[in-house]
Amino acid sequence: MKAAYLKTTALALAMSVATSGVALADKANDTLRVAYTKELENVDSYFNSSREGVVMQRAVWDGLIYRDPITNEYKGNLATSWEWIDDKTLELTLREGVTFHNGDAFSADDVVATVNFVAKEENGAKTQRNVNWMESAEKVDDFTVRIKTKEVFPAAIEFLSGPVSIYPAEYYAEVGPSGMGLAPVGTGPYKVVEVVPGQKFVLEKNENYHDSPKGQPSIGRIEIRTIPDVNTQIAELFSGSLDLIWQVPADQAEKLAAMGDQFVVSNESTMRVGYLSMDAAGRSSMDPNPFQDIKVRQAVNYAIDRNAIVDNLLKGESKVVWTPCFPSQFGCDQNVTTYPYDPAKAKELLAEAGYPNGFETPFYAYRDRDYAEAISSYLNAVGIKTDFKMLQYSALRELNMKGDVPLSFQTWGSYSINDASAMVSQFFKHGSLDSTRDDQVLEWLDVADQSNVPETRLEYYTKALTRIADEAYWAPMFSYNTNYVTSPEVDYTPTADEVLRFTTMRWN
Amino acid sequence: MLPFILKRLGLAALVAFTVSFISFSLLFLSGDPAAALAGETASGEDIEAIRRLYGFDRPMLVQYGEWLFQALRGDFGESYYFKLPVASLIADRLSVTMTLGVCGITFALLTAVPLGVVAAIRPNSIIDRIALFLSVAGQAMPSFWFGLILIVLFGIKLRWLPPSGASTWQHFIMPTIVLGYYAMPAIMRLTRAGMLEVLNSDYIRTARAKGAGEGRVLFKHALRNAIIPVVSLAAVQMGFMLGGSIVVESVFALHGAGYLAWESIARNDLPTVQALILIFSMFYIIFTFLADVLNAWLDPRMRSS
Repeated sequence: MKAAYLKTTALALAMSVATSGVALADKANDTLRVAYTKELENVDSYFNSSREGVVMQRAVWDGLIYRDPITNEYKGNLATSWEWIDDKTLELTLREGVTFHNGDAFSADDVVATVNFVAKEENGAKTQRNVNWMESAEKVDDFTVRIKTKEVFPAAIEFLSGPVSIYPAEYYAEVGPSGMGLAPVGTGPYKVVEVVPGQKFVLEKNENYHDSPKGQPSIGRIEIRTIPDVNTQIAELFSGSLDLIWQVPADQAEKLAAMGDQFVVSNESTMRVGYLSMDAAGRSSMDPNPFQDIKVRQAVNYAIDRNAIVDNLLKGESKVVWTPCFPSQFGCDQNVTTYPYDPAKAKELLAEAGYPNGFETPFYAYRDRDYAEAISSYLNAVGIKTDFKMLQYSALRELNMKGDVPLSFQTWGSYSINDASAMVSQFFKHGSLDSTRDDQVLEWLDVADQSNVPETRLEYYTKALTRIADEAYWAPMFSYNTNYVTSPEVDYTPTADEVLRFTTMRWN
Repeated sequence: MLPFILKRLGLAALVAFTVSFISFSLLFLSGDPAAALAGETASGEDIEAIRRLYGFDRPMLVQYGEWLFQALRGDFGESYYFKLPVASLIADRLSVTMTLGVCGITFALLTAVPLGVVAAIRPNSIIDRIALFLSVAGQAMPSFWFGLILIVLFGIKLRWLPPSGASTWQHFIMPTIVLGYYAMPAIMRLTRAGMLEVLNSDYIRTARAKGAGEGRVLFKHALRNAIIPVVSLAAVQMGFMLGGSIVVESVFALHGAGYLAWESIARNDLPTVQALILIFSMFYIIFTFLADVLNAWLDPRMRSS
């Protein structure tokens, strides 16, 4: 933390000294240069679980369906129409005349091969949840396929417009996930011309892109380099050798925005929600366990000034959230009990629960130490003395699955799936990460998850969310945001799902 | 000499084995490898599936034994994270780290030794003061900060050098200076201390008394003795540079082996970490061995012992 602060200060100082003008973007060569912070493990979208991977996936491949990121309307992409022919069978009519980057013609065989490969657990698709709802796919004719789901799965359309993209059958059978990662082939708006694993990716406009709802690509060439240090990314931006960086920390973004028209800084919300998880089920070894008492959980909720944290630390488009889901998700009704900042009431509730002098508890977090520390000091102020422990993600996850975490600051990004089931159903259905184990909530969520009727789903998600808020099982905190910084030559409006869409980028 | 070398080699193998076993155990203790591998977006089922797929549910000793057996046959396996053979992954990155390490230590030696010698010849002079200042600054300044200052000055303000990357030799200039500067102070102080001690010794007075020129006294007689501990230190620094240039590689986006090791630990990418640790420990062993041989060449008395 200290190091990060020092770095920021050092760079800010140094930048203000550097007075020379900013070089123009590489508009002349029609090449947009972008930085990734994280090394992308494998371009094959079924074998990575990172945001950078989603960006590549949307550029290189197409899904059967497409969800407009602004209107949330579902449109046909590789499929032109679809229909549930029974509870568990979706029949799709496919688009004709589409070709893959290697010249292979797209047909039902590609859909069948892709689905049947990724749906099998032993083939090791990394995020099983993205694909394990599919039982299999079968070909009806060259341009008609049926996808069978294992259970009734209303979110199928959302998944088919998100993580499930279609691969060329013959090529994928030949090269497999490793080969696909090194030389990706899809139908998407951009084709991959160079991959240096983890370090560099070069994309070129697909001149033969079909009439897709993604729109036609405009910028000819995209060069992506992995630059782990955000200060170095900013330096490259200043020297004119980068045109777009994202996930820029709030303080840096503010400084860049303050430099006038040298850069364009835009901010968009993401689906990631930060929350406090409490051991309401009493799974941890803490004895007595204060979090089993609803008054203590309410006290925790009242103790924290969420608005102050959002305004001072997260900034941008972040919002206070009161539900274990992101407000734009289907079924995520925000009309639930809220707990405005009221430390006096928190103390009162703690006294009523039998803790007039508060109590001590371990408090875990795995990222965003500054947010966790702010939360920690709010809790200390009402008498909940936290023994703060920052763990590696994998270590905390292990502890969580064992249930030995009384109180923790966690976050969840819902894999950008715009459906409440991607969050609330992950954590309140008695799985290993469920810290509450409420039978009533489980029952309602089961109804909502397994219905194909939108009204029923909405009704039961609302019931479950209302109960979760009333019982103060969690203390939901805020949504996250991302800062995008571009050179003034680039015209780009980010979307709320934190996916860079090269197809919508233009030169000014 | 041969028994000596054989003994050293046996010892090296033992050290490498111990280091690899300890690192394997530590990685297992540091967190669930399946959870690390599955990533932050994974659900409980994803993690269980990965646990079964990679066999993390088996006892640690069985998993270590399996790795060792494969490694002894020269097969380092496939990176859990990149899904690529570890050997080719590392080979690709090691060249960057080697280039950087060799340039860095060369830069450090070429600046530190002359400065140390001059400082010793004229102790407490202005040159000695400057050398002292440089070494204190080098020791005190964090490398990421120095790196950023260089980037701002030469990459942005003057536009002489590219700020980051590894595609041309110009890309290596700033990282070399930062990495070398980090190793410089210790080498310089040791050279100065060694030279001061040697210059006050009797045989130097004898050399001067028999009329040897000042250059001959300094370089043939004095430096040759004073440099011996510096050689050992440089060997250790070199090993450190090859394994520990994480910060410099990160700031200049160099994608070398040090950065790969650092990231692989966070990802619990066991095959990659194990192979890198083996390689890094071999580096230390080889450089220490080379330093011994070099010292034996410099100081004939060491050859007999």
